[in-house]
Amino acid sequence: MQVQSMHFKPRSATALANETLQSNLQKFNSTGFTALRARAVADFGPELFEKLRGEGAAIRDRALANLDAWIERFEAEATRRGATVLFAETREEACELLLDICRRHGVKKAIKSKSMLSEEAGVNEALEAAGVTPVETDLGEYILQLAGEPPSHIIAPALHKNKDEVADLFAARHLAPRKTDIPMMTREAREVLRAHFLSADLGLSGGNFLIAESGSGVIVTNEGNGRMVTTLPRVHVCLTGIEKVIPTLEDFSTLLRLLTRSATGQPISNYVSLFTGPREAPDRDGPEHMFFILVDAGRTSLVGGDMQEMLRCIRCGACMNHCPVYRAVGGHSYGWVYPGPMGAVLTPSYLGLEKALDLPHAATLCGACSVACPVKIPLPDLLRRLREKQVDLGLRPGKERLGIRAWSWVARRPRLYALATAIGAVFLRVLGGGDGLIGRLPFGSEWTRQRFFPAPRSWRTFRALYAARRR
Amino acid sequence: MTWMEFLDSVLATRWSETSRYWMTEFYTTVRNDRRRAQRGACYDFFMRVGLFVTCLVDLMRPSIGFAALKLLEDAGCEVVVPATQTCCGQPGWNSGDRKSARELAEKLIAEFDDCPYVVVPSGSCAGMIRTHFPEVFAGDSAMLAKAERLGARTYELTTFLTRVAHRPKVSAAFDGTVTYHDSCSGLRELGVKAQPRQLLAKVAGLRLVEMQECETCCGFGGTFSIKYGDISSEMAERKCAHIAASGAQAVVLGDLGCMLNIEGRLRKRGDATTRVLHVAEVLAGES
Repeated sequence: MQVQSMHFKPRSATALANETLQSNLQKFNSTGFTALRARAVADFGPELFEKLRGEGAAIRDRALANLDAWIERFEAEATRRGATVLFAETREEACELLLDICRRHGVKKAIKSKSMLSEEAGVNEALEAAGVTPVETDLGEYILQLAGEPPSHIIAPALHKNKDEVADLFAARHLAPRKTDIPMMTREAREVLRAHFLSADLGLSGGNFLIAESGSGVIVTNEGNGRMVTTLPRVHVCLTGIEKVIPTLEDFSTLLRLLTRSATGQPISNYVSLFTGPREAPDRDGPEHMFFILVDAGRTSLVGGDMQEMLRCIRCGACMNHCPVYRAVGGHSYGWVYPGPMGAVLTPSYLGLEKALDLPHAATLCGACSVACPVKIPLPDLLRRLREKQVDLGLRPGKERLGIRAWSWVARRPRLYALATAIGAVFLRVLGGGDGLIGRLPFGSEWTRQRFFPAPRSWRTFRALYAARRR
Repeated sequence: MTWMEFLDSVLATRWSETSRYWMTEFYTTVRNDRRRAQRGACYDFFMRVGLFVTCLVDLMRPSIGFAALKLLEDAGCEVVVPATQTCCGQPGWNSGDRKSARELAEKLIAEFDDCPYVVVPSGSCAGMIRTHFPEVFAGDSAMLAKAERLGARTYELTTFLTRVAHRPKVSAAFDGTVTYHDSCSGLRELGVKAQPRQLLAKVAGLRLVEMQECETCCGFGGTFSIKYGDISSEMAERKCAHIAASGAQAVVLGDLGCMLNIEGRLRKRGDATTRVLHVAEVLAGES
């Protein structure tokens, strides 16, 4: 996927000006996942859910503390059950391993269920270049593949599109009469996809979890496409990040409770698929060959550092659902695979700080994400740490650095500060005029473009008034 | 009024140091005899509170500082306002400038060293002191200990009035309907939710209606508001729409940043009547 994360400002400006997107986002914000999650948490019991979040975080921490050992255990167990476990250090290597499998098994068509890592690695482009036809089978991803657009949400990838846009798209690409009834449109997509399911040579899935004690991969889906992708074709490849490994099935049951409630407010998803090795003697279905491609792509660089908590992430999307910035600018503004607060941490961590200078700053640090996070990732703290790294590496604009330094320099000198604020109060009040509203703020035009800046209410500062009162 | 309550009210007025000393001695002795259970509270009768007014109140809304002062004195506290106080260092901390934050944090810790309690009319600055000062000094055990000690005795104003002060008193009146905006740091770092509502319920004539999404950020976010002005304004616009839909005549809140942001956007969208008030102003009857 093309990296656009350095263009957050222009992209978010476009998003704010896009009326269709804004109305789609508004619908999502008022009736979307946030409300569903709130109801699910209330049904589960808020206190119990809090306890569960603590358990979830502990499970992920336990896995990450000995990540190498758990990965080895997973590899041993999966291999023992007939699967092949491959490791890729980079996104390119992941594509090469996948293409190698395609070549060896004569794959002409690959069906895909949702995998964010395949977006990271640009798998579709790589497959097409090698003469393999990739077909997305998750409805949202399928719509985006037809439209040639990247996902804007990790759970609801086509969130930025509305029914009419999809209706136009289907009419143009399916060469069928335009339909506007959602069940009818879904049926049409199912009919088109069914032929692909039956003719594909390879199924490519992501993996929500990897269970070390049984060597199983897990996907959590709602549409049933994931189960067909993992069982119908001759070859199944599960492409996922190395950090997804968890120790036991018991751990998985805890995390599953958290994942579906946090993502879509469901007590459990429509499908939970565990795949453990390829088809064996008495089995009547399942793939003949099964591969796990476990990708690092920057993940180990976070282990043991001050960003490690981010690796707890179970990809539920709750942070973006609750993020007021995401809710205003949508997912494409963030410019890479992962939008919202998780993306603001992952994109600079995986691609390099200089590739996403705006992302850690494009947050009010309001904390709504970390309160919603099922594994208690302290996202605002991580964003703040990234800001500090930017400063340490000299990546912030000189004007901003100077402003902060100057503020602190003056604020450490109370008499100078008193003088400066005394002048400031008068200056701002004069600017504010009769109604006390400043329409153009010097050094603060960003503030006053769509807002007034209310002027001070008094000619004198609190400090001056208080001193006068004491005298 | 019982004679004990009378004594309370006499002691709560500002007397000279000497007479107050003797009254306290007398009071303490009496209470030791009569109300042993409250012995602990007796010695702490004149709670000595340091008021950190915050840089934004100092410059933008001095009346909020005086309202906080009045509320604390009405609650029987002895309030000191260190004259050299400036800023808690949050702008530096949130911009990734640990050095700037550290310098100002050290200054604030020294200024409030002799205050058994520190009260702040802002959830965001109180959150900075309570939650983030220890992070600022991570790795420096001597300063860390000081920061933690200060954090443990620092309170957001409404939390102090409801949970710590012995005799909080709200005698204000307000004729009208208000809605409350929960500022992010106060709500999520310090758990300020019930406290302001509990106090507002005591204001005569005040009716509180909750708006939708009262816990959603207004878009201020410190330097965020001038780095990403349009996103910030869009978030403020959504907040203003919820305020308008609530039908309240005023929005009450506990943080200056949100206050400037919401008021600035309200006026820009043509609403000249909805008032934006700090909770201290309403509680002190200065609105």
